[in-house]
Amino acid sequence: MAAAAADAGSHAPVVVKPQLVCPAGSLRALQLAVEAGADAVYLGLKDATNARNFAGLNFDDGQVREGVRFAHARGREVLMALNTYADARDTTPWQRAVDRAAELGADALIVADVAVMAYARARHPQLRLHLSVQASATTWEAIEFYRERWGIVRAVLPRVLTLSQVQHVARHTQAQIEVFGFGSLCVMVEGRCALSSYATGQSPNTVGACSPPSAVRWEETPAGVEARLSGVLIDRYAPDEPRGYPTLCKGRFDVDGERDYAIEEPTSLNTLTLLPQLIEAGVRAIKIEGRQRSPSYVAEVTRVWRQAIDHAASGQRYSVQPAWNASLARWAEGQQHTLGAYDRPWR
Amino acid sequence: MNDVTTTPRDAAFGLTVGPLQYWWPRPRTMAFYADVADSVAESVVLGELVCSRRHEFKTEDWLALARDLAAAGKRVVLATQALVMSEAELRTLRRVCEQGEFAVEAGDASALAVLARLHAADATRPAFTIGPHVNVYSRAALAELAPLGAAVWVPPLELSIDAAARINPADDPVRGPAGPVATELFAFGRMPLAFSARCFTARHHRLKKDECDFRCADDADGLLLSTGDGRPFLVLNGIQTQSAALHCALGDRDEIAAAGIRRLRLSPCSGDFLRVIALYDAVFNGGMAARDALAEMAALQLPGELVDGYAHRRPGMEALTT
Repeated sequence: MAAAAADAGSHAPVVVKPQLVCPAGSLRALQLAVEAGADAVYLGLKDATNARNFAGLNFDDGQVREGVRFAHARGREVLMALNTYADARDTTPWQRAVDRAAELGADALIVADVAVMAYARARHPQLRLHLSVQASATTWEAIEFYRERWGIVRAVLPRVLTLSQVQHVARHTQAQIEVFGFGSLCVMVEGRCALSSYATGQSPNTVGACSPPSAVRWEETPAGVEARLSGVLIDRYAPDEPRGYPTLCKGRFDVDGERDYAIEEPTSLNTLTLLPQLIEAGVRAIKIEGRQRSPSYVAEVTRVWRQAIDHAASGQRYSVQPAWNASLARWAEGQQHTLGAYDRPWR
Repeated sequence: MNDVTTTPRDAAFGLTVGPLQYWWPRPRTMAFYADVADSVAESVVLGELVCSRRHEFKTEDWLALARDLAAAGKRVVLATQALVMSEAELRTLRRVCEQGEFAVEAGDASALAVLARLHAADATRPAFTIGPHVNVYSRAALAELAPLGAAVWVPPLELSIDAAARINPADDPVRGPAGPVATELFAFGRMPLAFSARCFTARHHRLKKDECDFRCADDADGLLLSTGDGRPFLVLNGIQTQSAALHCALGDRDEIAAAGIRRLRLSPCSGDFLRVIALYDAVFNGGMAARDALAEMAALQLPGELVDGYAHRRPGMEALTT
């Protein structure tokens, strides 16, 4: 479990076992995550106030209440993602979501918008605030800005920093640091990508959706199966090629006469090998991505990471067990794992 | 709102030349700003926003250029980098923020942190601009940030005109320490849509970011990315991804005027950018019909087609409706 916020400023060289924070797109996923060893689960409401606003996903009030009851009975935490930006036309859904998080007993709110932070601070000062990855705080100055002004106690780092940058940030802020350990890789800095709204009118910042299913069209053509987003050709697959979801940045495009994954190949982030260094850097929580994934994904990935964190924090010599990677490989997008920005593969 | 021919001059629109997003060779950059100095633009935003490896202009060089432009009568603002990841980049950011000669445009929350601190220590410092890459999507958010020392707000690219008007309405503007905050709308140019730790230009050339050979300097308007069926879609500009099409608010004058917005940002490109400045002035301040200006725009040398979807709460790539 996470230590209280009060000791967040401690810089003692004591190894703190990071919290394992797992995704819950449904009550079933939440229960499986808790049973598989998650220290905390994060969830969102069924509306545009969170960054995984997909049909059939997320929680109504009764489900949040039940999830909180289930997790708290087992000594685990429930974090509520409220990490889109309040709409200029009507900010009340975001305010109501803050109220509901407090009423329903969430242990913390994961927020990106200073308007939401300010409201939470004013109305529910006891409610713990975590800075969402969607706030794009990539430096310790940025994190301290949110900590000093709106009292965030933890920041989730964007998936763009190298390991040494993560270490540097962790050394210079009093906020707890949470990093992504596993899941789909956003190649753009979270919270600073409008590619989806450029094509579809809907973006992660505004409605919590990227490349939304409503804009996707599949077409059989003589040249192959085409995946289009708002009419824009994202990819074209040969008959025997595996097909991916046409997320805009993961398409094949032409640049200078070459067709390739010009922005990002479909890959998954997997930082199991870096776990000891992350712990040593003082990272206080490891986040698993994937509220949109199945309960079985959540259960299996949680189980692997529970073992890995326990192993890494045990003081024994750490090595990634082949069985862990074998389990995780089944769930990797594009069947490939990378260390993302952490080990500077692009440099 | 007012008929274009009867708009009083005191309601005139101020034109700002936004930060140069590309790496142009130094002589070209100097020649460009010499032309800007002679243009009707009222303000100029200078600085390296995209990549700290672009080394031809150091902060001191930008400052020298800023002084030249100020001497030519322009209001000059220095921009900080949009994506800051290293301590070295933070040092550059502090250097930009700490100079007290020119106002600063905050590219991210790191800059807001430093500027707010400086402003709290010395309220006489120039008020800053909240740049388009700071996420302000509601009035409440702007009201949180403006008191830290802001005088100008550039809405995020994906926000519509009506959203900008709701957030900072002319008849009840959000106030900073120096008075009402002015909205400056992104009104022309390829749209900076995303930032990444990865350099897409280097990746395209199969180069590592740290050994990129500075290849982005070859692309005056970025590197065009087209769909598999030949449609220009995006532009790779180092770690930044832009739209291939150019946002164009020439047809939106009445709505912009009704929203109380009096400042327009034009983002530099190669080709006939200086003529673009003149056409915006003619339409927004001189009574020229948008239709006529757009007809001339179509004949100009510009890097892409014109769109304005974002202005109307539509997908940003949607073509002009006017």
